[in-house]
Amino acid sequence: MSQFLQVFLSGLSTGSIYALAAIGFTLLWQAAQTVNFAQGEFVMLPAFFVLIGIHWLHLPLWLSLIFGLIVAVIVLGLLFKKVVVEPMLPNGGLPLIIATMALSILLKEGTKQFYGAEAQPFPNIFPQTTMTLDGAVISVQDIMNLVVSLGVVVGLTLFLNRTRTGRCMQATAQNPEVAEILGVNVKRMVLYTFLVNAALAALASFLISPIYLAKFSNGETLGLVAFIAAIVGGFNQIRGALVGGLLIGVLDNLTATYVTTEYRAALPLVMLIVIILWRPQGLLGTSEGRQV
Amino acid sequence: MKRQQFLAAAALFATATLGFSGAASAQEVVKIPCVCELSGAGAVSGTNYRDGARMAVDEINAAGGILGRKIVMTDMDTQTDPQTSRALVQKAIDSGAYAIMGTVYSGSTIVNMMVAQRAGIVQMTGSEAPNITERGNPYIFRTSSGAQKGVPALTAYFKDQLKVKKIAVEWVNNDFGKGGHDVFRKEMKRVGIDVVADVPSEQGQADFSADVSKIKNSGAQAVFVYLNEEEDARFLKEAKKQGLKVPLVGEVTLTGQKVIDLAGGAAEGAFAHVGLATSAPIPSIEKFVAKFKKRYGRDTDHNGIKGYIGIYAIKYATEMIGKFDSKALAKKLHGLTLDASKYPGMLLTTSWDQHGELSRESFMTEVKNGKQVVIGTVPAN
Repeated sequence: MSQFLQVFLSGLSTGSIYALAAIGFTLLWQAAQTVNFAQGEFVMLPAFFVLIGIHWLHLPLWLSLIFGLIVAVIVLGLLFKKVVVEPMLPNGGLPLIIATMALSILLKEGTKQFYGAEAQPFPNIFPQTTMTLDGAVISVQDIMNLVVSLGVVVGLTLFLNRTRTGRCMQATAQNPEVAEILGVNVKRMVLYTFLVNAALAALASFLISPIYLAKFSNGETLGLVAFIAAIVGGFNQIRGALVGGLLIGVLDNLTATYVTTEYRAALPLVMLIVIILWRPQGLLGTSEGRQV
Repeated sequence: MKRQQFLAAAALFATATLGFSGAASAQEVVKIPCVCELSGAGAVSGTNYRDGARMAVDEINAAGGILGRKIVMTDMDTQTDPQTSRALVQKAIDSGAYAIMGTVYSGSTIVNMMVAQRAGIVQMTGSEAPNITERGNPYIFRTSSGAQKGVPALTAYFKDQLKVKKIAVEWVNNDFGKGGHDVFRKEMKRVGIDVVADVPSEQGQADFSADVSKIKNSGAQAVFVYLNEEEDARFLKEAKKQGLKVPLVGEVTLTGQKVIDLAGGAAEGAFAHVGLATSAPIPSIEKFVAKFKKRYGRDTDHNGIKGYIGIYAIKYATEMIGKFDSKALAKKLHGLTLDASKYPGMLLTTSWDQHGELSRESFMTEVKNGKQVVIGTVPAN
């Protein structure tokens, strides 16, 4: 039982970080009707911004984290929208999707050229201590990762549902033409969505890099898992992405512990196939009709 | 007039070009390309291997080269991909390589060494999977001993010093890991130690929480960790995170400086047998490590030494045969012993058997205060 608790909590912790990245997929889908295939690299990159703050600018960790967050929001939010999305979007969704694939390669290779191919140590944000709960040794880092991630998701949901700006963002996502008629500044709301996505990706990066280490290729796995989490949970629902992320994190750990470590990487893909066959809109997603 | 001027200029250009190429061929070179993992999962190992080799090349060239020819070493990045490495070994041979340095990852070497074998080109590998020298390839030579020599060096430590009855093994499921894992299982069976958890992991795996949890609940009194550098660091961090208290013992990589740097304090107390140790209190090694740091501004791991001695081994053996003949070079290296007192570039006295397997003194190491410390030596076997 203690092993189960330990593995379950650790899975929730990792899953909650996947969820942050997965929510980014759903946000951009709603704002720009596009899939950002560079999302994994969006999670990989902010860790390097923090390392630049620490090693090049000689800032303390907390200031480097703020520096990393600000740079991530500017580069992965503002610049991404202005330089990639806005020029490509009028040409349709497909060219934009291909552009995000190209961006993914550019970010990955650029990081490798700039910071090297080797993994870099990333400082721990939370204390590396443990506590015992019902015989299970629980890591404080796991608990804090879970608390911070869930706290941010709850905060984001409250922001979107309870504030005027959040409701305007939702209105823009649901029907931009009507929102504009009603006086919503659609362009600004779309920009906010991109900035929120960049901030979530940065947070995921700060939480996962102490475990994964900072490496140019981290985005490959993270992007894939987050994408699958978003589909499994429901691509058009934030709570769906959250459930998808947590589910993959927990099931991955339980499979590796109790079934097989060799085939653990196949689990998310098997889940994806099952969900697409059984419930194409995802566990919590809603069906969307499209006219051709 | 203009036409005459043009023809004169063309003639002058042609003469100059021919003259230049004549001068170039007079300055003959010997090509020893480095086919290494400069990116991808093996970048740490491959980069150090290449940089160590590069140091040796520059030293040898500054002293006049090999038999009067300067060495030209081009970098060929395999991206830690076996198929790419195979294509690059072919490319190296097509470009006129006399010998080839690399690759370091066993999965690549097993795939690409057949290409060099067909062409009859000597290959100095940094790989350690046992089956590399068991395939009857007369052109493959190690720069560090294989797992079949390294892993048994730990058996006595588990049995007599740690006195464990139950042990766990965490290994990377590639050619390097599988080779070491199989030797380890055989050794534990031989001495009657029960392997209570046998946990394979994937190359590049990031999350070791389930692995550590499995080991922790297996009742193992020690863990044999046989992973590549980055995975070592992630495993050590997770082991610390979950409060795994039993001794963590590795072979080759676990106490390397890169692992220590990546794992932070989590590597403290880890123990490993290493074929080569940059921390060895041996003057030749200390001098090499200092030179490496001065040149590259960073510390190397054992792969830097492997690359360095690989180039020097080619130089010394070539000078013994007195010509650039790769087949004769291979013949010379089989059964050769290079005494470090007479051949200082070898750093340590090194021998190769008829299969290209290497014998050399090796070391027991432990991580103390963030540094790899040599705590004992194991004689050449």
